[in-house]
Amino acid sequence: MNKKNDKGKRKLFTIILYIVAGSCLIISSIKDHSKTKKALNKALKSFENILPQFLTIVVIIGMVLSVLDEATISKYIGANTGILGIIISIVIGSITLIPGFVAFPLAAALLNNGAGPAQIAAFVSSLMMVGLVTLPMEISLFGKKTAILRNSSAVIFSIVVAFVMGALL
Amino acid sequence: MIKIIKRYKWFLLLLIINVVIGVIFPNIGKISFQITKSNFLQILSVVPPIFILLGLLDVWIDRSTMIKYVGKGSGTKGALIALLLGSVAAGPLYAAFPISMVMLKKRTSIFNVFIFIGAWSTTKIPMETFEIASLGYKFALIRLALSLIGIFIIAFILDKAINEDEKQKLYAKADLSI
Repeated sequence: MNKKNDKGKRKLFTIILYIVAGSCLIISSIKDHSKTKKALNKALKSFENILPQFLTIVVIIGMVLSVLDEATISKYIGANTGILGIIISIVIGSITLIPGFVAFPLAAALLNNGAGPAQIAAFVSSLMMVGLVTLPMEISLFGKKTAILRNSSAVIFSIVVAFVMGALL
Repeated sequence: MIKIIKRYKWFLLLLIINVVIGVIFPNIGKISFQITKSNFLQILSVVPPIFILLGLLDVWIDRSTMIKYVGKGSGTKGALIALLLGSVAAGPLYAAFPISMVMLKKRTSIFNVFIFIGAWSTTKIPMETFEIASLGYKFALIRLALSLIGIFIIAFILDKAINEDEKQKLYAKADLSI
């Protein structure tokens, strides 16, 4: 992967994102001032909600990466760890209950420091679709069979995603 | 003040540990702070527009009207609305479960409910933009395409696996909830 080129594209994406969000904000405030105020409040509140977890993970990433080198990370979840690395990633993704806003910086840091794309895809997909911690809640609402079937299909799906992305990236 | 410290206790604790490590092993401490700082600044630079979009989606999209259109016999249109309903969401997966109960009350098909849950878990728009910003558009978009396929397959499997009797029980349960 060409990292420098990738960085430039990401910068462009960020600029576009600001333009899109800014335009939406202007249109929104022309149409309804109080609704826009509500939206900004919601944005601020959501950000403040996630901030403690977000700051914690950023410090954890810094600490982990200062101790672990690329060789160690790639030994466990590197591109050539194959199915074993994918399974490790899925197990971690299934049992942890962290929001995407916290997970993506972690995934990006790992990906840039020796982890394989297939393994990171497995981690991200299972994190979002599989929920072992919330399984009791899911069972109480949908019943045992449905909840277990949904979660196990999601595990299989995460493995498929990992293999496809490993082949494509 | 105490409330704030309590909320940020893990961050503060780790920060202290980091400082202690920095004093004992200056090299590791220095690298750790550099990585933390650059990550923090990089993430902070992309976060504001994403949260603004999240807020705007939340106030402008009328979920209760959308739920009205996913009722009994809504077919393909219902499935697409369910997909959209999940995609404009904000919040963790477990927050989707109570909403799916409301959908069941409106007699949405089981297939649509699981399309909604699948969309909520992986195709949320603010999350997708953040994934592009963090992991690159190639990674994020390939994963999005695969997720869309996966959501439909999983919903299809669940719809076929649950028999008529179990479906009726689920609807009855939804009627009793909330």
